[in-house]
Amino acid sequence: MISDVKEIITKERMTGLFEKNREVIVKNDPTMVTRLRDTAFESFAGLGFPTTKLEAWKNTDLKEWLGKPYDYYFEPLPGMDVQEVFRCNIPHLDTAIIGQLNGWYVSKDVPLIKLGNGMILGSLAEAFKAYPELIEKHFGRYAITGKNSLTDLNTAFAQDGIFIYVPDGVHSPKPIQLINVIHHDENLFLQSRNLILLGKNARLSLVHCDDSYNHQASFSNIVTEVHLDEGAFLDHYKLQNLNNNSTLISNTDFQLEKGAELASTFITLNGGMLRNNTNVLFNGPDGTANIHGLYLMDRKQHIDNHVFVDHLAPGCISKEMFKGILDENASGVFNGHVLVRKDAQKTNAYQSNRNILLTDTAKVNSKPFLEIYADDVKCSHGSTTGQLDTEAMFYLMQRGIGPESARMLLMFAFANEIVGKIAIPELRHRIEDMIKKRLQGELQICEQCVLHCSTPEHPMEFDIDISKI
Amino acid sequence: MLLSIKNLHASIKGKEILKGINLEVNKGEVHAIMGPNGTGKSTLASVIAGREVFDVTEGEITYKGKNLLKLPVEDRAREGIFMGFQYPVEIPGVSITNFMRTAVNEIRKYRGLDPIAAIEFLKLMEENKRLVEIQSNLTNRSVNEGFSGGEKKKNEIFQMAMLEPTLAILDETDSGLDIDALRIVANGVNKLRTKENAFVVITHYQRLLDYIVPDYVHVLFQGKIVKSGKKELALELEEKGYDWIKKEFE
Ligand SMILES: Nc1ncnc2c1ncn2[C@@H]1O[C@H](COP(=O)(O)OP(=O)(O)OP(=O)(O)O)[C@@H](O)[C@H]1O
Ligand SMILES: [Mg+2]
Repeated sequence: MISDVKEIITKERMTGLFEKNREVIVKNDPTMVTRLRDTAFESFAGLGFPTTKLEAWKNTDLKEWLGKPYDYYFEPLPGMDVQEVFRCNIPHLDTAIIGQLNGWYVSKDVPLIKLGNGMILGSLAEAFKAYPELIEKHFGRYAITGKNSLTDLNTAFAQDGIFIYVPDGVHSPKPIQLINVIHHDENLFLQSRNLILLGKNARLSLVHCDDSYNHQASFSNIVTEVHLDEGAFLDHYKLQNLNNNSTLISNTDFQLEKGAELASTFITLNGGMLRNNTNVLFNGPDGTANIHGLYLMDRKQHIDNHVFVDHLAPGCISKEMFKGILDENASGVFNGHVLVRKDAQKTNAYQSNRNILLTDTAKVNSKPFLEIYADDVKCSHGSTTGQLDTEAMFYLMQRGIGPESARMLLMFAFANEIVGKIAIPELRHRIEDMIKKRLQGELQICEQCVLHCSTPEHPMEFDIDISKI
Repeated sequence: MLLSIKNLHASIKGKEILKGINLEVNKGEVHAIMGPNGTGKSTLASVIAGREVFDVTEGEITYKGKNLLKLPVEDRAREGIFMGFQYPVEIPGVSITNFMRTAVNEIRKYRGLDPIAAIEFLKLMEENKRLVEIQSNLTNRSVNEGFSGGEKKKNEIFQMAMLEPTLAILDETDSGLDIDALRIVANGVNKLRTKENAFVVITHYQRLLDYIVPDYVHVLFQGKIVKSGKKELALELEEKGYDWIKKEFE
């Protein structure tokens, strides 16, 4: 087992590890990827880990989280029964499931499949070997080196992850559910890389779950690159439900060509330290991107959503709506940056961030930001942070509804503005259910898996019936 | 006696608004409360309903023989107190249907009853929608969100009909209603009147009292009930305004 165990994460450790293990890391690489790794490594070695001195990390301090001892593996380590991973699926949802254990692709049969319709699904390491031309065309083109040292570190190190390719004109017949489970007996540092490619006019629904299986600490530095070619449509969901000792840096870079459409929803229910860097580049005209987020945090959890939308081409629409409820000592950051470049006329950009703080000790730092160089544009942004509406509470309670139910109704209504937009009904119901549990403090991560896969489905009893009749 | 208020003093942020209210309401009665703007009518309604921002500094309220001031807001409602809001609150994302079903069931639970069956609930909704002539699509919408002023007021009466209170305090439910809506609201109230319940209607207009005929009319001025009479008092006020009362008490 090629590994390095029980060390805290420092720049020196990582540079040492890269130099020592470079041969293993690059083993499956097309040449261009190796070149990219070397450049990314140099960049990381220069920049180091982000500190709060950087504007983009001012309100998110990784020091404590990097400072725990973690194991690092250069090979898949034997973990739980692979079948377990696949049990974490969403009930009643007919999906193709792809599993990842500790960042490594796991499969029931083959590591990379090509379906009858031309779709390719499986391990990125395998795709490196089997489809070098696709890799060379796309890998590292969207998550660009030199912008973010954690992305650079990932580019240098990542050996595996998920590869999805939907050819021109193909509509994926089923949603794909990507389950990434972390399970190890020791603290684990992992870096995986996903590459998702949609050809011209291709369509895909992708549900991407990050779960942990026990209470062991972990640090995940994940990069996902997504390319939507002309007229492609991606319905993307990211569900984050990790234990309180988890750090997750999730970097997602979307590039949209002409007329492409992206709907992406980030639902964060649990985790210790979570940072989502979501970047969207409109590389062609008339694209649409709806980016929604919902986070429900408590204890000392920290969530940071950084969304950067680059309107390079004209006539594109971007809508960001992030909402959060923070309880106890939780903290949140929203940083939305919309850049409308000189030639991006007829841009329509909207940003909103709304937060409810349930205690005096919960806090949020919200910064929506528009940077506009074109003149014929429609842009707006807004941000509000407050308590639960006391007028509304009184109104509900005056009708005989107890304070706990009144709070639940208001919080659920607040969250539902995001959840209600989920296009896949089974997924929507599942998430509604999880949110109800979460709001009632009953969603404990790891009864088994967070998605309660091994506990039989038992519908929640609610005093208030949130379902419509 | 259903409600008895004795020497009630209440203040907000240290400012005294109610300065010794006395009022007795029996089952089967309708009381009207009138008075100039800002004299404490809504405050009185809120204090009865249990709004916490107001501090009761003196006096007592007895309801069905119990010390009302000891009960939390929701229990007062469950004991049958309903307040029609002067300014109904908008609650985005909560449908009226869900709101009412939750309220009905929490009240039933308090009274030791099982939750209402879905079919029975829907029937009740339909009946009461008809009673106040509100459009069906309204009840699928979020509570009061984007409702016109009149729709909000009708929605208050609808909720009252759903919850069948023992004591309903209607705070300017007639304000902002057109003639037809006024008649509908008044009809709604009249249909719900029984020997077992009572209404306190706060209004600025004698017109409402043509439809909902009160047993007593009170004038609230500077935090006190300064005059009480039969329904003729309302006519007198309509005619003469409040100046003569103000002169007497200022
Ligand atoms: N939340 C509050 N904070 C501060 N002052 C308040 C508050 N609520 C009421 N008041 C004050 O209490 C006084 C009485 O108000 P209230 O609403 O009870 O009057 P009202 O008789 O209902 O008037 P109107 O006929 O205009 O509805 C007013 O001077 C008002 O400004
Ligand atoms: Mg008033």
